[in-house]
Amino acid sequence: MSTEQHRFVVLLVEDEPADAHLVKAAISENHILADLRIAVDGREALEYLRRQGPRFADAPRPNLILLDLNMPRMDGREFLAAIKQEPYLRDIPVVILTTSEVERDVLASYHLGAAGYITKPVDVLQFMAAIRDLGDYWFDLVRLPHQK
Amino acid sequence: MSEQRNLRVLIVEDEPGDERLMRLALRQGGFTVDLSTVSDGHEAQRFLRREGERFGHASRPDLILLDLKMPGQNGLEFLAAVKQDERLRAIPVVVITTSTLDADVLAAYQHGAVGYVQKPTDINEFIKAIDKLGQYWFELVRLPENPE
Repeated sequence: MSTEQHRFVVLLVEDEPADAHLVKAAISENHILADLRIAVDGREALEYLRRQGPRFADAPRPNLILLDLNMPRMDGREFLAAIKQEPYLRDIPVVILTTSEVERDVLASYHLGAAGYITKPVDVLQFMAAIRDLGDYWFDLVRLPHQK
Repeated sequence: MSEQRNLRVLIVEDEPGDERLMRLALRQGGFTVDLSTVSDGHEAQRFLRREGERFGHASRPDLILLDLKMPGQNGLEFLAAVKQDERLRAIPVVVITTSTLDADVLAAYQHGAVGYVQKPTDINEFIKAIDKLGQYWFELVRLPENPE
């Protein structure tokens, strides 16, 4: 699709359509040149990354994954553990984006290899600012693997 | 993050000039963090394991900033050792280096780095880079609570 204007591919793993919409809006609001792809749970995200089935046969490899923790079928923790065990997927940074404030979740996420743990701000403006700072770090400051 | 204490950052860097620059940049960004510096991977491991008189009272860092090219144990070897240690692996490690090699970028993420920052040579650019890094790690994301 519009790969020329999108410098980054971001895979958002999120089961709530309203939350996914908000991330999309925040990326656009902050002029982040990212092609946002959405998977509704860990299992679909793994299918996406492994390009399983006709729907994901041409799925572009993401430069960054934004991961909700609490989802049906396969939750964020299981998904994170799974991709960090796959040699050809483990280099993709995974940032947790969740409503969970439980300290156990924070520690477990970093233990599994998360590249940040963001508690979703409820306030929309704060949410926009959070995505801006996330974008400044991942898409402006750091170098990502397989960057175009 | 909790307001009770300053975040602790361990810099693994053999160039004293770069360490001074880092302190300056953090101050410029208004980040009040406690910095400790060690000059290579072996020394960093002794710091984290509190070995010897010098490191007997060392505090567990909340974040590690890691140079890649150092005498003694280099950055990638150190990174691999930290990520294989159950007690240390939850500490996020950001690589800050002059290396621009794609192979180093990929290897850093493969080994569990949560960011790869190319050290800008210009001092103002360096200050801006540390500001973005600080906004992300010290303001935006939640880090595991540090019991020490």
